[in-house]
Amino acid sequence: MNQKTKSKIEVTAIYLVIAVISIIIFYPLIWTVGMSFNQGSSLYSSSLIPENFSIEHYKWLFSAESDYLIWYKNSLIVSTVVAAGSVVITSFVAYAFSRYQFVGRKNGLYIFLLLQMFPVMMAMVALYIFLNIIGLLDTLTGLILIYLGGQIPFNAWLVKGYFDTIPRELDQAARIDGAGHLRVFWSIMLPLAKPILAVVALFNFMMPMFDFLLPSIVLTSEENYTLAVGLFNFINDQFSNNFTRFAAGSILVAVPIAAIYLFLQRYLISGLTAGGSKG
Amino acid sequence: MSSSVRTKLAGKHNPTLAMLLSIVFAGFGQLYNRRYLKGVIFIIIETSFLITVLPWLNYGLWGLRTLGTIPGTDHSIRLLVFGVLSLIALIILGTLYVFNVLDARKQAMKIRDGWKPLPFKETMRTVYDTAFPYLMTLPGLLLMVFVVIFPLIFSVLLAFTNYNLFNSPPRHLVDWVGFENFKNLISVDMWKDTFISVFAWTIVWTVVATTLQIGVGLFLAVMVNDPRIKFKKLIRTILILPWAVPAFVTILIFAAMFNDEFGAINRDIIIPLIGGDGLPWLSDPFYARIAIIMIQTWLGFPFVFALFTGVLQSISKDWYEAADVDGGSRLQKFRHITFPHVMFATAPLLIMQYAQNFNNFNIIYLFNEGGPPVRGQNAGGTDILISWVYKLTFDTNNYAMAAVISIIMGLLISGFAFYQFRQTRSFKEEGEI
Repeated sequence: MNQKTKSKIEVTAIYLVIAVISIIIFYPLIWTVGMSFNQGSSLYSSSLIPENFSIEHYKWLFSAESDYLIWYKNSLIVSTVVAAGSVVITSFVAYAFSRYQFVGRKNGLYIFLLLQMFPVMMAMVALYIFLNIIGLLDTLTGLILIYLGGQIPFNAWLVKGYFDTIPRELDQAARIDGAGHLRVFWSIMLPLAKPILAVVALFNFMMPMFDFLLPSIVLTSEENYTLAVGLFNFINDQFSNNFTRFAAGSILVAVPIAAIYLFLQRYLISGLTAGGSKG
Repeated sequence: MSSSVRTKLAGKHNPTLAMLLSIVFAGFGQLYNRRYLKGVIFIIIETSFLITVLPWLNYGLWGLRTLGTIPGTDHSIRLLVFGVLSLIALIILGTLYVFNVLDARKQAMKIRDGWKPLPFKETMRTVYDTAFPYLMTLPGLLLMVFVVIFPLIFSVLLAFTNYNLFNSPPRHLVDWVGFENFKNLISVDMWKDTFISVFAWTIVWTVVATTLQIGVGLFLAVMVNDPRIKFKKLIRTILILPWAVPAFVTILIFAAMFNDEFGAINRDIIIPLIGGDGLPWLSDPFYARIAIIMIQTWLGFPFVFALFTGVLQSISKDWYEAADVDGGSRLQKFRHITFPHVMFATAPLLIMQYAQNFNNFNIIYLFNEGGPPVRGQNAGGTDILISWVYKLTFDTNNYAMAAVISIIMGLLISGFAFYQFRQTRSFKEEGEI
């Protein structure tokens, strides 16, 4: 009996903790949703549960007055290209590192991983001048190229770790049957590594979506902005005045992204632990 | 002596001669080896290089050495960029040249030892086999050279110049100043004080925020994993929510919520519960620091929680049953079974969490732009090294000093990561084909 009561108290305590944490998690999220439905644009007069419920901010985002849809389109372009490109490039690199002998194989990836830990602020000055020289400043292409190059070390390390767990017997058997280098890559490695490639694609889709620092330096004209830069400028200039618009604009991106994350989180975690710990 | 005699007897083919010839001009050695196609290709490459790239390379290296000589005309920073690019080009070409020389020597030795050239098709095959991994890594390598290596060299070099707002091109020329900036950082009071206080806060921030998010994540993962808890799936989804919502958005929302005058935290929680005028979350360094540590915990624990949950589910029940037989307490089971399992499986990813927070620019900048300002310092109260570097670069344009601090940070963090990587098994190499 005593044992049973003790267990009951414990379970209740656990539920209580989870309830408190849930409130802490939901509070800012619900607050934002409430904000976006408030009338007027001032943060000061707004309240958690809107007194005057309105969707004027959402309407405004889609009106001709705002560039919101253009930014949305730009972000989708950048994210899609970076996601697709990064899967191709990193799987090439990871295949070579996992299965072949060549100069620089042993330490190459780690050197890049370590070099990349140097802060990027100064790099941005260099990249700015470089993009200017080759005429890619203020273009989405320039931005995409930088993202593609920067993601390689970490993701290649992740994918290589996953490739290493695929038994070599498989590709040796295929080779005996006459498969070439690319054939083994295409028909054996890629299908088996789908989970980690999905992780890479997802990461690289999300990362450009909400990176604001690099695009705010590379992109200068408003019609080239990505979502993060555009949204940040909403509140950067007149902080409290446009906050409700910012809230509405953020919700329209955050909801689909959160849905994708929650839907795919199981694969994300298994991919990360498999690639990350065996790399 | 005897070996050279044998050489002449074997095939009268001299590797040293082949080597010397290809040093004189790329491709000559290959011609001597009677590998005509290869030789001609090398000759064409070197000739076209001499005609097109050499003048440009020469200009770049001149610029790198002098950083320009005529103020107003020579743009020092452009010259520096050109210089770094030509340096990289030079290294790539040098590598090709060394490869050409070694190739000539190797082939000559083979010929000397009585090697017969394979049919053309076979040759192409072996070339393809050895070149394949290089071909696969080439696109990635090229991108990394321009996106990772080139900016890194550029910023390291900047640390040894006097490039700042008052001495910037095109009006002025930038000069090499050696270790002057490093000396200033430790001898000029304003720099020294700021550096020490920012550095100390960076360490505190990294350790406290990351440990907190790992601790909360572990605590919740173990609790939710308890077999007596129901609705596990729903609870897990809720707890992962902060990870799913983009951090960029949540940080800005928190910044508004913590606002001293009209933020929801003061208006809806602190004032009704405690009274007074609310806490100065944004204007007092102490409270601002507390706030960002709490926000980072909110943002960071779900990832760790999800990670640990995955590992916890994979621990075999046998371990716990064996512990039960031996009469192990719950704490003992946690210490000797759960904890080691979880840490072993996730160590590299946890180390990365520390590294990420050390460089976590977004939260510091988006929350309060590193503020509030602090007297006698040129960094704000919540500025960590990276956001300080940002301010030095983009607000006060003190590029040289920003580069110095970047180098120090980079060395620290990569040294730490290198040490940790070596400790974990992820540095292990596996077998080859």
